[in-house]
Amino acid sequence: MSMDAVAAEGLSRDFVVRHRAGRVRRVRHVARAVDALTFRIAPGESVGYIGANGAGKSTTIKMLTGILAPSSGSVLTLGLVPLRQRRDLARRIGVVFGQRSQLWWDLPLAESFRILSVIHRLAPPAAAQRVAELVERLELGSFLATPVRQLSLGQRMRGEVAAALIHRPALLVLDEPTVGLDVLSKERLRLFLREEMAQHGRTLLLTTHDVDDVQRLCERILVIDHGRLAYDGTLPGLVDRVGAQRVLVVDLAGPADALHGIPGTTLIDADPAGMRQRLALHPEQTSAAAVLAAISARATVRDLAIEEPDIEDVVRRLYAASRRR
Amino acid sequence: MPIWQAYRALIGSRARAQASYRTSFIFDVAGSTALGLVEFGEVYVIFHNVPVLGGLDLNAAVLVFALANLAFSIADIACGQLDEIPTHLRAGTLDAVLLRPLPALAQLAAGDVSMRRLGRGAFALVILVVALSRADIEWTPARSALLAVTPPAGAAIFAALFVAAGAAQFWLIDAQEVTSAFTYGSGYAGSFSAAVLPLPVRVLFTFVIPATFTAYLPTIALLGLPGPVALPAWLGWCAPVAAVLIWAAALLGWRAGLRRYTGAGG
Repeated sequence: MSMDAVAAEGLSRDFVVRHRAGRVRRVRHVARAVDALTFRIAPGESVGYIGANGAGKSTTIKMLTGILAPSSGSVLTLGLVPLRQRRDLARRIGVVFGQRSQLWWDLPLAESFRILSVIHRLAPPAAAQRVAELVERLELGSFLATPVRQLSLGQRMRGEVAAALIHRPALLVLDEPTVGLDVLSKERLRLFLREEMAQHGRTLLLTTHDVDDVQRLCERILVIDHGRLAYDGTLPGLVDRVGAQRVLVVDLAGPADALHGIPGTTLIDADPAGMRQRLALHPEQTSAAAVLAAISARATVRDLAIEEPDIEDVVRRLYAASRRR
Repeated sequence: MPIWQAYRALIGSRARAQASYRTSFIFDVAGSTALGLVEFGEVYVIFHNVPVLGGLDLNAAVLVFALANLAFSIADIACGQLDEIPTHLRAGTLDAVLLRPLPALAQLAAGDVSMRRLGRGAFALVILVVALSRADIEWTPARSALLAVTPPAGAAIFAALFVAAGAAQFWLIDAQEVTSAFTYGSGYAGSFSAAVLPLPVRVLFTFVIPATFTAYLPTIALLGLPGPVALPAWLGWCAPVAAVLIWAAALLGWRAGLRRYTGAGG
């Protein structure tokens, strides 16, 4: 049996919140940030960890990496108890918090890499080779000697990822790695991560708000809502489950009746003249081509577009569904 | 030892980063030297007017001042930044520290070594050499050993106070002034004769906060002077013991502080 990269069992975390009630009196109440999470991540998996702000993502990650202790339940990361075996675990995981730097702000990247190599006890030749490889693949060469505080966000983030990978960790945890990056930087970072994960069989756990991150990097997603696990599965599975559909938007050449009754679709809305109509596609029942043919039989299509479901929307629907239950 | 290499790399990078802002570094060092000079002036002015105070003459008082200042500035260079825990909490650097495979306390201390405080240490060393050359000490091997042990033991005691102050920051939010009063106050209390302190304060700064072990007690042992009430002269030989005890207490406090942060109960 191979060991799980992460095994959480009833993992929970409470925070004590004190607030003023009157002049001196203070009310103490316990807020549950993470509530009985149970999940496993196998070695080599790429998992997206998704949830609204304050849903408990960062708290979970801090428990997995040994920064916070669980209030109840347990977690094993790479077979280690994170808090108790923090230093052993630190040698085998790489962590990037998008909003907070792990680098030394007043040192150049090259110097940070050198210190990290020593901290992780890498033999100097091996360390130099690894750093050179990361510098090349993440294109860090041109700003290696610049102090971190003078780097652009995209440059710094690539530096952070390199720093987290110097010691070839078995598990890479990225907390919002692409937040604030421009489209090109995001894409380059994703490409690098895909290669790195595929080549070396590292496990990836990624929190993000960006649907493209999930689509490009994660074969499995976990959705957390109010500290609870709301979904565990694939992205298409999630889209199906909440009934979020791809939407076909058709612009017609002239006014037409509402396009009710096209097989495999549901009409969402139409403008008053019927010149632009939006139909939800049920992919298991039909194909876009069949739908287009059916519409063409009733009206002349001038233009069309397909809207992919938006992750935020999907997650919102999931939350709404879980509230109703 | 690989772990020492890691600290050396950390401390070295810190020193280089600070020295790279050359003008600022020079001014900082000069400022810290000036501070030592002003405090020394205070001792000098007092003893210029009173020949003997608290059982010490000018030479002995200067010796106490020099030993305490040397110990304090070494501790300040190594651990003086530990009271900035709230800054680390806010900036998230404590999380970064916890994600590296080294003890958190050692990383925070090594990562914040402040070379600009070298000025005060160098000044204290000069004063120490002058004071020793003028002091009336009957040298024995034991007294030489005592002199050699006193600055490191004193530095260890003050460093432990900085660690304790840092640990307290896990509970106190934005109370750096309070803990600075504690650490710098102890440094000040250690730099003159404990005999001038009221008895309860003298006991406090010896048996609770062992500041008098850093300079005053070893000095009376070196000079063969009798101790004041509650402080027998043989205590002067016990600075290493005091250092071990205060470190044990400080580390317990630090551990509890870190456990408070991680929420590991307690």
